[in-house]
Amino acid sequence: METRGLSAAGAQAEADGTRAFALLAPVARFLVIAIMTYLGLLAVTFFIGRVIPIDPALAIVGDRAPASVVERTRREMGLDLPLIQQFYIYIKGVLSGDFGRSVLTSNPVMDDIRRVFPATIELATIGTLVGAFIGIPLGVLAAVRRGSLVDQVVRVIGLIGYSVPIFWLGLLSLVLFYAKLRWAAFPGRLDIAFEYSFTPTTGFYLLDSAMQGQWDVFWDVMRHIFLPASLLGYFSLAYISGLTRSFMLNELSQEYVIAARAKGVSETRIIWGHALRNAAVPLVTVIALSYAGLLEGSVLTETVFSWPGIGLYITNSLQNADMNAVLGGTVVIGSVFIAINLLSDQLYRLLDPRTKAQ
Amino acid sequence: MSTAQPSALSRREWLLSEQPASRWQARLGRAYATWRRFLANKPGVLGLVIILLLLFVAAFASHLAAYSPVVGDLKGARLLPPSTGHWLGTDDLGRDIYSRIIYGSRLTLLVVVLVAVISAPVGLLVGAVAGYAGGWTDAVLMRITDIFLAFPKLILALAFVAALGPGIENAIIAIAITSWPPYARIARAETLMVRNSDYIKAVELMGASPFRVVWRHIIPMCTSSLIVRVTLDMAGIILTAAGLGFVGLGAQPPLPEWGAMIASGRRFILDQWWVAAMPGMAILIVSLGFNLLGDGLRDALDPRSSGQ
Repeated sequence: METRGLSAAGAQAEADGTRAFALLAPVARFLVIAIMTYLGLLAVTFFIGRVIPIDPALAIVGDRAPASVVERTRREMGLDLPLIQQFYIYIKGVLSGDFGRSVLTSNPVMDDIRRVFPATIELATIGTLVGAFIGIPLGVLAAVRRGSLVDQVVRVIGLIGYSVPIFWLGLLSLVLFYAKLRWAAFPGRLDIAFEYSFTPTTGFYLLDSAMQGQWDVFWDVMRHIFLPASLLGYFSLAYISGLTRSFMLNELSQEYVIAARAKGVSETRIIWGHALRNAAVPLVTVIALSYAGLLEGSVLTETVFSWPGIGLYITNSLQNADMNAVLGGTVVIGSVFIAINLLSDQLYRLLDPRTKAQ
Repeated sequence: MSTAQPSALSRREWLLSEQPASRWQARLGRAYATWRRFLANKPGVLGLVIILLLLFVAAFASHLAAYSPVVGDLKGARLLPPSTGHWLGTDDLGRDIYSRIIYGSRLTLLVVVLVAVISAPVGLLVGAVAGYAGGWTDAVLMRITDIFLAFPKLILALAFVAALGPGIENAIIAIAITSWPPYARIARAETLMVRNSDYIKAVELMGASPFRVVWRHIIPMCTSSLIVRVTLDMAGIILTAAGLGFVGLGAQPPLPEWGAMIASGRRFILDQWWVAAMPGMAILIVSLGFNLLGDGLRDALDPRSSGQ
């Protein structure tokens, strides 16, 4: 309904000769959606943090604190104000990066998150790269040779990927690759031997060690990241290969493929040059969504591999009832997740000429 | 009538008749055709068998289990490897893992059924009302749905349970809160397809209230695609519940929840691998069953979208 209304308004504006409005309408629409979605996220986390607990002040000072202390904390937290005003204060805090203090580490939550987030980004990025670089060719082959062995393999990979608990597969892979085969390093990000000789600058250890020319550190980081990243990569692969296959099947049945064949274009070129290029548009969205999914999936993976990222930070805080840290982590992952979701939607519109023509 | 063969044949003909004499016959005939399509799909049948087995195990857990799921033999049976006495070994408290998994099937079923019973009707109602009403109602309801769709489900469920307090009931509520939006989208899409059809116009002309139109004539049209989607989502629900159990927010000890069992076996993973491996196997098999069944149902109920 909203779409229809806005595009109708766009057509009207174009008829009037004011093209600016027609160009700006999608931007305005995108902004409205983005702001509403973020407000929704903050409303939910506010609800979780302030409304569900019967008395958030009591949750902080404990039930043995004297009444005067509870009363003071309640006032300091602004709990005596009306709910809508509390929400306004909460939003203002979040926008300036203030999630309160973590009870567990006694640092501001934002500082903690800034420290741990690069580890998660590094893991999810390598996972997605693995998923995309193996998943896309596999999916293409499965579509080209329907019913062949590759097709069956892609089907099974997908089925298992959608059915297996990631933390369980992680534990089993630790048994195999760490304990039995000794290919992977002990859980963690870096051997304790390097903890003092290596000072990360950006927090992305692979990048830092390569830039500083510390190749022994680089190699050690690789040995640590290989297993958790492959695991996340597998889930990304299951998702990407299945969808690549169905996009390619769709493209290969189009008329332009028949036309290209009739012209005598080689099959290789039709598949990789023509069909895949057209399938690439929805694939970009799929890869972006899989990246967002891995950021979220990292919570359980990091717990298994003691990977000091935001997922482990959240689960550690959960076990210590550190709600500020939990909600801070939720808002940060949620924000990135939403941003990727919305942007990939926009990217799709930009890349696909058909949606532009409308 | 003298032999069984002709009567069976005629029953089949009666079911597949092109001119059904009653509404009943037409319905049974359609169900029969769907069932035949489903049976042709071998993986789907395997999925159905797995799920029926799960139901059977959950129903007769007390007969199938050899030991108590919560009380173990601390003195004589700690961390025993799989053997004839303990088929899948024992855990650190001397409890029989096989018996715990058998009883755990009840918890898995409870989670799956309750989440589906809570979230599917909510999504169905939101989607059908939005699609039928249109206008502002549609815009508002769908915007809310989109907002929920854009959230990371697992993290949000984690945060909900963290605030509500750990426990299987709260885990169910948290998962249900995060899983209704896709159903709303599906129901809305189906509603938009039938909204302007003649039979709806006919019912409206006969003076049916909007409530009756949605309830009696639109919602039934949405159910088959919704059933497919819910079945496919079951695997995801099981995995999320197990994940919550794994980080200690789901079912609490001594309940034999599969995810929590994996978590408790984590400390012994290098030496006594079976403690964590066996319950994970159970999760994998049941999730696989729901996924296969869902694929089979999709192909049988909705031949248009099959063959992908």
